[in-house]
Amino acid sequence: MSDATDPIAPRASVFAGLRLTWTAIIAGSVLLFWFTLALIGPWIAPHGEAEIISSTTFAPIGEGGILGTDKLGRDVLSRLIYGVRTTMLLALVTTVISFACGVTLGFAAAILKGWFDVIVSRIVEAFMAFPSTLLALVIIGVFGTSITVLVLTVGLVLSTGVFRVSRALGYDVGVMDFVEAARARGEGTWWILTREILPNSMAPLIAEFGLRFTFSILFLSGLSFLGLGVQEPAADWGLMVQENVGGLFLGSSAALLPAACIASLTISMNLLVDWFQQRQQGETVLEKIDQ
Amino acid sequence: MFRIILRRLLQGLLTLLLASIIIFGATEILPGDVAEAVLGQNRTEEALATLREQMGLDRPAIVRYADWLGGMLQGDLGTSLATDRPVADMIGSRIWNTLRLALLAAAISVPLSLALGLWAAMRAGGAVDKTMAMTTLALIAVPEFFIGLVLMKIFAVELGWLSATANTRPYYDFWQNFRALALPVATLSFAVLAHMMRMTRSSVINIFTSAYIEMAALKGLPKRRLVLRHALPNALSPIFTVIALNLSYMVSGVIIVETVFGVPGLTRLLVDGVSLRDIPLIQACAMIFGSVYILLNLLADILSILANPRLRYPK
Repeated sequence: MSDATDPIAPRASVFAGLRLTWTAIIAGSVLLFWFTLALIGPWIAPHGEAEIISSTTFAPIGEGGILGTDKLGRDVLSRLIYGVRTTMLLALVTTVISFACGVTLGFAAAILKGWFDVIVSRIVEAFMAFPSTLLALVIIGVFGTSITVLVLTVGLVLSTGVFRVSRALGYDVGVMDFVEAARARGEGTWWILTREILPNSMAPLIAEFGLRFTFSILFLSGLSFLGLGVQEPAADWGLMVQENVGGLFLGSSAALLPAACIASLTISMNLLVDWFQQRQQGETVLEKIDQ
Repeated sequence: MFRIILRRLLQGLLTLLLASIIIFGATEILPGDVAEAVLGQNRTEEALATLREQMGLDRPAIVRYADWLGGMLQGDLGTSLATDRPVADMIGSRIWNTLRLALLAAAISVPLSLALGLWAAMRAGGAVDKTMAMTTLALIAVPEFFIGLVLMKIFAVELGWLSATANTRPYYDFWQNFRALALPVATLSFAVLAHMMRMTRSSVINIFTSAYIEMAALKGLPKRRLVLRHALPNALSPIFTVIALNLSYMVSGVIIVETVFGVPGLTRLLVDGVSLRDIPLIQACAMIFGSVYILLNLLADILSILANPRLRYPK
C-alpha cells in the first residue's frame, strides 16, 4: 500500500477503484430489493403474517392470493414479504455475533501470540474437527428450539471460520513495515489494532462478512426446514418450504417460491462479494473455495 | 514414516475423545437433568430421587461419562427417552439407508467432480472453465433443499419418471430401487459436486504451473506420460484432502436430503431426537456421525502421507 511509509496519512476508501459491472448491478439490485422489502414489508403486505384468507389450501398462483395460498390457506405473498424480514434479520444478527467473537479473538491471538494463541486455536480446532451441522443439532437438542438458542448456536458455529480468517489476517498485516514503524514509535497494542491492523484488513473482512452472511442464511434456513429453527406462526423462508412441501404434488408452488427467494438472495450476495474481491485484490469467492 | 502415521492415529483418537467430551458435556450444561426432563412438569421430589438413582444420575459426572463411553465402545448406546427402546435397535434398522445414500452419492460425485475439475483445469480461462465457474458459484450458493425440490418438481411431479419418496422395499428389483433412489442420490451429489470440482481444478492447476512439469514438457515427454507419471502422483495427495473436506458437506447434505425425500435413515432419527429432546438418542447419533467423519478424515490424511513422501518427515 502506498501509505505504508506514512501511517498518519488518510487511507483510500476500501471501495475506491471499484468499477460497476452488469453482474454487480443486477446482484446489487436484487439485494437492495429484498432489503427494502425487509424494512417496509409489513406496510405493503396485502394480508397479515399468520392471517388465514381462504378456505382453499394450496391454491395455485392467481387464485386466493396473488401467489396462491399455503397449507393453512394463508396468503403466500404476504408470508414471503414478512419472511424476508425474519430471514435477513436473523442472518444479520448471527453474522454480527460471529464477527464480534471471531474477529476479536482472532486479532487478539495474532497480536498477543504465545499461550493465548495456542489455547484459543486449539479450542477452535476441536470445534472444527466436528461437522458444524451436527454441532448445531446437538446444542439445539440440549437447549430446545428458541430464537435465542438458534442465533447463539449459529453465531458460535460461524465464528470458528471468522476466527481463522482474522487470525491469519492479523498475522499477515502484523508483520508489515508500517506496523513495525508504529511499534518503534512506541504505540500501544490498542492503537496498533484499531489504527493499523483493522483499517488494512477491512477489504477482506467485508468480503468475509458477505460470505458468512450467505452461509448463515443457508444454515438458518436449513435448520428451519428441518423444523428446528424458526417456529410457526412466524414466517421464515426456510420454514415456509418445510410447511408446504406436501403441496408440491397438488400443483402448488408454495414450497418452491420461498426456496427460490433464498436462492436469489444467496446467489446475489455471492456474486456481489465475488465482484468486490475481484476488484479489490484479484481474489474471488471461487478462489477462496479452491483453497 | 510409521512414526508419523502413528502420531496421526493418536491425534485422531484424541480428537474422537474430545468430541465425546463435547457431546457428553453439552448435556451437562443443561439446567436440571435427564430425570427432570423425563418426568416433566408434574413430578414429586421422591419420584425424582428414585428415578435419579435408577438411572445412576446421583453419581458424579466423570463416573457417568466413563460409564457412557464404556457402553458406547461395547455397542450399548443407551435407552431412548421417547420410545423406551434401546437406541442400538432403533439405529440398527436405519443405518443401512443412510449408508447406501452416502455411498452411492460418493461413488457418483467423486469420479465426476475429479473428471470435471481436470477438464476445467486443462481449459483454464476458456469458455468451458468460465461456464463451469458460474454454474458452481450458483450451485454453492443455493440451499440443498432447493436443488432437491426442483428435481422433485421436474422428475417426480411433472414427468412422473422417478419417485419422490425414497422408501425402498426388500423385494424391489433394480429399476424400482433406481426410481426410488435416483432423486436423493442426485441431490446429494449436486450438493458436494461443486466444491469438489473447484478444489480439484485448483490443485491440478497448481501442479501444472509448477516448474518441474514445465521442464518435463520442454524435454518433449508425451502428454500421456507427463500427466500419468509426473503430474498425477503429486496430485493424489491434494485430491485425498479434497475428498475428505467434502465429507463435511456430505454430512449436512444427507440430513437435508433425507428430510426432503422422506428417507427413513439415521439423520431423520437424529432430527426427530433433537425436536423431542431425546438426549441418549442425540448423543448416540452425534457420536456415530462424529466418529465416521473423524475416521474418514484420518484415513484421508494417512493416504496423503502414503502418496506424498514429503509429508513423511516433520518440518
